[in-house]
Amino acid sequence: MGKETPFTKREFKSVGTRPVRPDGIDKVTGRARYGADFDMPGQLVGLILRSPHAHASIKSIDTSKAEALPGVKSVITSKDFKDISKTDTELAEILENCMARKKVYYDGHAVAAVAAVDAKTARAALKLINVEYKLLKHVTDVDLAVANKAPVINRNCKTAGVDPAPTKASNISRRSEFGHGDVDKGFKKADVIIERNFRTEQSHQGYIEPHACVASVSPDGNGELWVCTQGHFVFRQQCAQMLGMDVAKLRVTSSEIGGGFGGKTHIWLEPVALALSRKANRPVKLVMTREEVFRASGPTSATSIDIKIGVTNDGIITAGEAELRYTSGPWGGSWAMLGAMTAFACYELENVKTVGLEVLVNRPKTTAYRAPSAPMAAFAVESMIDELAKKIGMDAVEMRIKNAAKEGTQSSYGPVYGPIGIGPTLEAAKNHPHMKAPLGENQGRGMACGFWFNFGGQSCTNLNIGIDGTATLTVGTIDVGGARASLSLVVAEELGIPYDKVKAVIGDTGSLGYNEMTDGSRGTFASSMSAIKSCRIAIEDMCARAAQIWDIPVDKVIWQDGHAHATGKNNNAPLSIAEIAATAEKTGGPIAGHAQIVADGAGVSFATHICDVEVDPETGSTRVVRYTVIQDAGKAVHPTYVEGQFQGGAAQGIGWALNEEYIYGEDGRLQNPGFLDYRIPVCSDLPMIDTQILEIPNPNHPYGIRGVGETSIVPPLAAIGNAVSNATGVRMTHVPMSPPRILDALEKHSEASDEEPAL
Amino acid sequence: MAMLVSTTINGDATDFSCEADETLLDALRNRLSMTGVKEGCGTGDCGACSITLDGALVCSCLVLGAEAQGRSIETVEGMSDGEKLHPLQQKFLEHAALQCGICTPGFLVAAKVLLEKNPNPTESEIRYALAGNLCRCTGYDKIVRAVQDAAAQMRRA
Repeated sequence: MGKETPFTKREFKSVGTRPVRPDGIDKVTGRARYGADFDMPGQLVGLILRSPHAHASIKSIDTSKAEALPGVKSVITSKDFKDISKTDTELAEILENCMARKKVYYDGHAVAAVAAVDAKTARAALKLINVEYKLLKHVTDVDLAVANKAPVINRNCKTAGVDPAPTKASNISRRSEFGHGDVDKGFKKADVIIERNFRTEQSHQGYIEPHACVASVSPDGNGELWVCTQGHFVFRQQCAQMLGMDVAKLRVTSSEIGGGFGGKTHIWLEPVALALSRKANRPVKLVMTREEVFRASGPTSATSIDIKIGVTNDGIITAGEAELRYTSGPWGGSWAMLGAMTAFACYELENVKTVGLEVLVNRPKTTAYRAPSAPMAAFAVESMIDELAKKIGMDAVEMRIKNAAKEGTQSSYGPVYGPIGIGPTLEAAKNHPHMKAPLGENQGRGMACGFWFNFGGQSCTNLNIGIDGTATLTVGTIDVGGARASLSLVVAEELGIPYDKVKAVIGDTGSLGYNEMTDGSRGTFASSMSAIKSCRIAIEDMCARAAQIWDIPVDKVIWQDGHAHATGKNNNAPLSIAEIAATAEKTGGPIAGHAQIVADGAGVSFATHICDVEVDPETGSTRVVRYTVIQDAGKAVHPTYVEGQFQGGAAQGIGWALNEEYIYGEDGRLQNPGFLDYRIPVCSDLPMIDTQILEIPNPNHPYGIRGVGETSIVPPLAAIGNAVSNATGVRMTHVPMSPPRILDALEKHSEASDEEPAL
Repeated sequence: MAMLVSTTINGDATDFSCEADETLLDALRNRLSMTGVKEGCGTGDCGACSITLDGALVCSCLVLGAEAQGRSIETVEGMSDGEKLHPLQQKFLEHAALQCGICTPGFLVAAKVLLEKNPNPTESEIRYALAGNLCRCTGYDKIVRAVQDAAAQMRRA
């Protein structure tokens, strides 16, 4: 079996059922160990000193007093890391984010760290470190950062992707462009054109578990790292390179993870903990506070998007054009590029052009947040489509159906689509009872669509058959919310044994080959592909063992329902896995299947959301009163956890749409680094979230599976924006649509209406 | 200087030493290895460290270890009866009311307090009773359903 394992229609026995997850009991009894729940003997407590300034050069750091404090075992600054900027620019930037070198680039940027015998001593030591700063002008706003007189954040930054290459430094690190056709010609064919600017504020992934790790490095160059991460193999590689260690000698074990949503695909405190440990020659535990999580990890981009769309009176989009400016923090990123790629991905357009600009600002380094960059672009596009539909007097769902991409459509970012789910999700929305439900006073309904690529990439799995015929699957992708259940179902399906005879474990970096992270909705997609290959290798071996036992040619043995069957005129009774395993010692030793793949062909994902809101015209406060998610899962392996992904993404989108935002003061400091002032939705803020799973098989996966984790956060900003606009009659163009912004929009609207004579 | 605190934890007489400024959360986690009690914020906003103190629901990050002197503490570790899970624990599993699971101990403790006071809560009462516990994964839908189902089962029992 090669790496391509195309879809074959089959009747599933295990896949599609809803058993209790194997790691469940540990999580309801408090036994599961997360990042901060682990200790090593003799471990020290680490703490990080952070910049209070948004932008400053570091003139000097004096750590002598801290080092002299009894109980302090190591103090480090950037001097304890080799300068790798000449050899690996990208890694050097990641390291510079973990520990500032010559400058601090944002409020919260790490400048030094200590390890001491206890937290009290470590806190006292931090106060004894004296950092002398020279303050520099800062900029935190995306549009101000690209304005003429903006302070240049990084003098080495010249805009890539522009011809001829600029010679002057700029806060735009890269320009990227996508599209096809001729938008000018397209706009000429349009009967109605709308142009607008949309803004979205920066939000945080908001995982409840702060970053945490325990590091232990010995003088012989061996090291161990226990860490909450979305990808321990990636962390190992980056940390080892930063510390000049051999990759093989650093063993990384992933803890249970208390939420990631993309935010734990990036490293922050791990190289710091390793360096502290190396210097002290003792294990060091480093755990972020919630304030540190907000100031120095996560967030997604803040954006400003100029967009123009033209349609004919019968609802055909003739051209779409957008310039998308995304903040990337103090270093370049590819966030605007992802926004530019995804913006129009739901539609079949003759003429489309998007330009993405990566904008440097004095905010924490932008990191991935669930379908990163897509929600903001969808907010702009899907709001405009609603507005255009209204202008030409067409139903918003009908207009989307008319323009929806389908199999064979050339996507706005290049590739031609295979079988996709945008049309079916729209049809399902059109026919959903939610669309026909009555609305009350001050209520409005909105809908919107969303797209995400889904990733594939490298995965590696081991399958080991126990002497009793049970199976252990070892995977290298961490489980963010039910993957062990899903992968166990896949193995049970493939081997033909019950779900409870399979144990899925997450292996450490010493037990498997390199695995990419659990990101891009790839965990279940890619690791199930590898697991199926592992199973098929083991099955092939078990058929050979059966042939040996029966003394018949191997091509006379087939595998069915968890048993080897002899074909032809043999009278041999079928052999179960347990029976074959019991005699393995005599037939060639342990039975196992090891597979490594590059999981190509992650099927793209589409969703349509419907929501009803009620806006209080007195306070501007908005409540979501009903919400429906319709999404294509390819094949839902464990439908309950698929629903959970749909609901969780929708809830995060609702929070972002209505409340969540980073608020920076004039001084460039984050004003709301806590859950009290950065308010994520609580239980009483939300209604039940209805879900409808569609299954349009992904032809590139043996079971038709697509990733399901991310797309659900893409439509909510626009769905809620459209619902608020339908409730109030005012188009909302700035996320979050918090009460002050809604009141402001209502006031401006009523002033404008007062000026104009009524019809 | 460390002080000695005598308490009852999940029914067992338990002594621990702690500093005067040490939170009960830190004492439980670091002195007694009760890591089922989670820290999400340290400021009483997320509810991951929810426990009961003499039956009252509190965020253990907002209580000093010293305040536990002579009092009775209950945590998620004390919820099941031997190998028999509490109905809330069982229903959380069946309804997939957890994804990452970091908030789960706090939700279970808070939901248990709710059902002890109000065995037949409406959806809205459940939502407000659990509004002090943050979950970022589930959107709360399956948590509310699990609590409703557990309440129904406990009423039948």
